[in-house]
Amino acid sequence: MNKHWYMITLVGKDRPGIVAHVTHALYEGSCHLGETSMMRLGTSFTMMMMVQYAGTMNALQKVLQGEAESLDFHLHIDSIEGGLHHHHQPDVRISIYGADRPGIVAHATGVLSEAGLDILDLTSDVGGTEDAPIYIVRIEGRANEGTVALQSALAIIKKEGVETQLTPVDTLVG
Amino acid sequence: MSFDIIKYPDKRLKQISVPVDVFDFKLQGFVTELEKTMRAGPGGVGIAAPQVGCFQRIVIVDVSGMRKLPANSSNKGCMVLINPEIIEWDGMVMGREGCMSVPDFTGNVIRAEKIAFTAFDAQGTQYEFNSEGYEARAVQHEVDHLDGMLFLDRLVSRRTDLFKRKVYKQIKESSLPGEG
Repeated sequence: MNKHWYMITLVGKDRPGIVAHVTHALYEGSCHLGETSMMRLGTSFTMMMMVQYAGTMNALQKVLQGEAESLDFHLHIDSIEGGLHHHHQPDVRISIYGADRPGIVAHATGVLSEAGLDILDLTSDVGGTEDAPIYIVRIEGRANEGTVALQSALAIIKKEGVETQLTPVDTLVG
Repeated sequence: MSFDIIKYPDKRLKQISVPVDVFDFKLQGFVTELEKTMRAGPGGVGIAAPQVGCFQRIVIVDVSGMRKLPANSSNKGCMVLINPEIIEWDGMVMGREGCMSVPDFTGNVIRAEKIAFTAFDAQGTQYEFNSEGYEARAVQHEVDHLDGMLFLDRLVSRRTDLFKRKVYKQIKESSLPGEG
């Protein structure tokens, strides 16, 4: 039987052992993991996993249903085109930080997108104290219109009262 | 003629290479072929003998052909480094690395910003070098191969960078009280 690619999303309250339980259930269910992203966000644990599986989406749902219910996790599955070995290499790393307020990511990514930034990876955190939180965004991406355009975009973003830094990424191949 | 590149998960890439003790025509011929192999690869700025199945402490680094060599990088042209030993490390910087022995994957690795190292050339004369930036990164990447280390052994978390360290350094430099 042909194997299909699925994207599994699982979200729930964080506790030790989640990854081991979920991936064991997938392994026992004859699933093959592709690229994944698993991380704690706030007090939740989030998992996004490319999975190759020979059965239908309903059958895959059954593979994980018991584990998801016992963990009290929300489970969502999409059928995807899939495929591995399609990495895009970043050529720029950008950090943006400042006093937390709504709209930092929306405004920054809007201006950067217009300047040709293709985001490959973005993580953001809230640090500082509860009284004076700071927002920290880290982006890796591709500067499709060059880094000068992105520097100009960051100058605009900086006027909003956040700090920005752009570092070219020159991947060494040795 | 150039050599075939050994690719991970070939376990030979994890073995420790032995020092060269004979500097003869055979060694010089091998170095010539090794350099051809490095130049045959796309964008390769270095190569280590174990990558072609020779487990002797021989590497070549040459960043001079890079289209956009970062301004903070030294550039000594083509360096044949035999029995290289890094003797000083200074600073830390994160950069992205790939490897001809690990196709289709790149990742972030923290390396020393500046290094001092000794090595023999193919004729058996020992030299001392200083490198910084991209060239220093390339030397560290290649010397790692001689000890059975791949950049995969040094990957940092996608959430890790030097952001916090830099902030701490700035605070320290401006004589404000730091954490502690």
